[in-house]
Amino acid sequence: MRNQALGRLTIMVGVVAAAGCTPKAPQQLVSGDAASRVYVAPGEYDELYSFMSGGFSGNVTVYGLPSGRLLKTIPVFSQFPENGYGYTEETKPMLETSYGAVPWDDTHHPQLSQTKGMADGRWLFINGNNTPRIARIDLTTFETVEILEIPHAAGGHASPFITPNSEYVVSAIRFSVPVPNVDVPVETYKQNFKGSLSFVRADQPGKMEIAFQLMMPGYNYDLGRAGKGKSDGWFFFTTYNSEQAFTNLELNASKSDKDFMAAVNWKLAEKCVADGKAKTAPARYAHNTFDHSSRQSKSEMITSVRMLMPTDCPGVVYFLPTPKSPHGVNVDPTGEYIVGGGKLASVIPVHSFTKMIAAIESKAFDGELYGIPILKYESVMAGEVQKPGLGPLHTEFDDKGNAYTSMFISSEIVKWKLGTWEVLDRMPVYYSIGHLMVPGGDNVKPYGKYVVAMNKITKDRYLPTGAELTQSAQLIDISGDKMKMLLDFPTQGEPHYAQALPASLIRDKQVKFFSLAESTHPFVTRAESEAGVSRDGRNVHVKMIAIRSHFAPDVIEGIEVGDTVSWHVTNVEQDWDILHGFAVLGMNTAEIILQPGETRTIKWVPQKPGIYPFYCTDFCSALHQEMSGYVRVSARGSGVKLTSGVSAKAATQQARAGKYAAPKPETHAHEAAQAAAKGGK
Amino acid sequence: MAPRARLLTVLAVLVGLGALVLPLWEVRLGAPQYPEGLGLQIHAHTVTGIKPNDLQNINGLNHYIGMKPILPDAIPELRYMPWLIGALIVSGALLAARGMRRGLWVWLAAFALLGAVGLWDFWRWEHDYGHNLDMDTAIIVIPGMTYQPPLIGSKQLLNFTATAWPGTGAMALGVAFFGVLATLAVTGRGRTA
Repeated sequence: MRNQALGRLTIMVGVVAAAGCTPKAPQQLVSGDAASRVYVAPGEYDELYSFMSGGFSGNVTVYGLPSGRLLKTIPVFSQFPENGYGYTEETKPMLETSYGAVPWDDTHHPQLSQTKGMADGRWLFINGNNTPRIARIDLTTFETVEILEIPHAAGGHASPFITPNSEYVVSAIRFSVPVPNVDVPVETYKQNFKGSLSFVRADQPGKMEIAFQLMMPGYNYDLGRAGKGKSDGWFFFTTYNSEQAFTNLELNASKSDKDFMAAVNWKLAEKCVADGKAKTAPARYAHNTFDHSSRQSKSEMITSVRMLMPTDCPGVVYFLPTPKSPHGVNVDPTGEYIVGGGKLASVIPVHSFTKMIAAIESKAFDGELYGIPILKYESVMAGEVQKPGLGPLHTEFDDKGNAYTSMFISSEIVKWKLGTWEVLDRMPVYYSIGHLMVPGGDNVKPYGKYVVAMNKITKDRYLPTGAELTQSAQLIDISGDKMKMLLDFPTQGEPHYAQALPASLIRDKQVKFFSLAESTHPFVTRAESEAGVSRDGRNVHVKMIAIRSHFAPDVIEGIEVGDTVSWHVTNVEQDWDILHGFAVLGMNTAEIILQPGETRTIKWVPQKPGIYPFYCTDFCSALHQEMSGYVRVSARGSGVKLTSGVSAKAATQQARAGKYAAPKPETHAHEAAQAAAKGGK
Repeated sequence: MAPRARLLTVLAVLVGLGALVLPLWEVRLGAPQYPEGLGLQIHAHTVTGIKPNDLQNINGLNHYIGMKPILPDAIPELRYMPWLIGALIVSGALLAARGMRRGLWVWLAAFALLGAVGLWDFWRWEHDYGHNLDMDTAIIVIPGMTYQPPLIGSKQLLNFTATAWPGTGAMALGVAFFGVLATLAVTGRGRTA
């Protein structure tokens, strides 16, 4: 009843809005049951996890669908003072690149790992566009666990689309650059600039590796998708700027009637590499990995890469002419149809994989460029969707043989039928849609049911918040013949693309805490009796535990101005969702948030003498406000002895905890005595 | 007693061996912020959490009220309880195998006595944990409040609802006890009839 009332209320609001001003499109009115379709009652769960790129935030955001509720922000390429990612010693190496630490990037395309062409819930990959990188996020912890930089690359946009068994994720570049990247006049673009298509081995966690880089002509490679089913073994990339313009691209790169789609036979490329046809070229790029048992990351610099020239591996790549600066490329669930999104085109062109293979076999070529054969448009074309709207960008597929294409300029989603190419339905979206996403829309069996529009412009959709507005997503029901608008929800950063999968695939695999007993962190402090301070020249190490509701030690004296203090704080809780935070007055970095069983290290160089309180920043318990302590910082050379005391209350708690944690009381009494002696020095 | 009755009785008694491996008693704790619950299992030889770390987490919570940590190694009963149960089952099985009715009646009486003493001892421990609080370290002090968990049934202790119930081990002992009782009653009636 309440849901119906909500639905009625929504209709009334819609009617009032429509009556109160110039009428808008009728589709703005949601149908009666929309509210109940997206209502997830308190305590109940969403049907799907949806992973959205954060765009210029450098993060990934996780939303529940159909409610559109934000569940988590996962820091990937950007420092995240909210939990210390990129500030702590354990996580700083994740942001290393060949350019040094780059504390930000522009995330574009989330890509779920796949098995047999279906999202399997193991990992999420995402690209950094600005300083090309690919990250792996572990979906049992929702943490970034690996980042591989892509060398010979700029604008890692066509990334990190995946092959059906997660063999490879790719990174093709939007900005061609000289390879190696040296100082040349920009006007030597045509002879010096190259576009690299990198195939990154992805199925072994912690071992992402560039299998090969295919060196292509200096065009702009925009998006890519793997073949599947009958086209498994191929990868399709769109290019624009086959004009090879290097200035005023909006005009100069838009002149040709057709640009290309590059069809790469990656299984043949593998064979050519195995046959020694690739060259090993010098390169410099970072591979950053996160170790699960110590929960520390490390960065390695790699100094070479295998480079494959198309002419050294004949048949590895063909160009498919595709109208007007194509942006998106999407492969239908059967693998037969390859849909291009010519953003300036008046049709949606669809290529046929079967016809493409026939054209290759019959050598239906229309010349070649840089040694790469160009197939005849007519001989590879399966059909064109006529009058689809303006500015087709991306296409996703449902489970019933339909396709959904986003139209940036006419601001709508167009539903059309594969095979007949007829337009079935249109849904206006607000405003200027970029990507759209059907859950499982790139799988061999799409989940279907919904399409999410990711809109670039928000204008009047929400209460205004100054000149910069939130970005807007819209959830649309596609289970029936006609699309139904269900929900608007605001999103963070700029979600370019999203992927979603049934919650059941990952919900029950979540890590609830990290085992203290199994931690291999070099500064793990498992019990209060192991806590303490030590000095090594100008470096002071503080081993500290956090437990409800105190830190130990909680009084530290003998720090001098200019010391580098390493706070190694361990949350010794072994219980789900019991987190602690740690922050020090004037610390010039960030706070740290400690998950249960986790050790985090943050460095602090105090600049002036005084008393510096520290406290728990994550409300942990009834006595959270009491969870604090003091550091005394003295002038350099003051001679104050380094001591770490515990408060009277903490001391009795320590004695109790020590007693209880110890299988052999006498051993522990000894350790406690040692710790006490150390503290008293 | 007929051989078949003896065999059935022996089997019933041997079910009681389950008490050596299965939990004798369970105490479950639920609170608004613990939807997944916490719990203890009392075995003949030890006390464990129902989930990994439950015991540690319960001890962590109990420090707020000044309750002693539950240390299985510090509970002497847990050292000799397995031997007592073992002796009970072996002697019962021997008596049943030989069809010694009088002996089995005595065995039942001893069993009942041991059970009563065991429950009383368990209650005594609960009473000690619940009342003998360290007020110097207690953080939450509510005058007059004690925290003795129930022996059986449910009880509200601050934000926690504690529910105690016999475990599968106790049920195994029940099968042994009532198996023997039933055999004696049935075969007894048969002889007088």
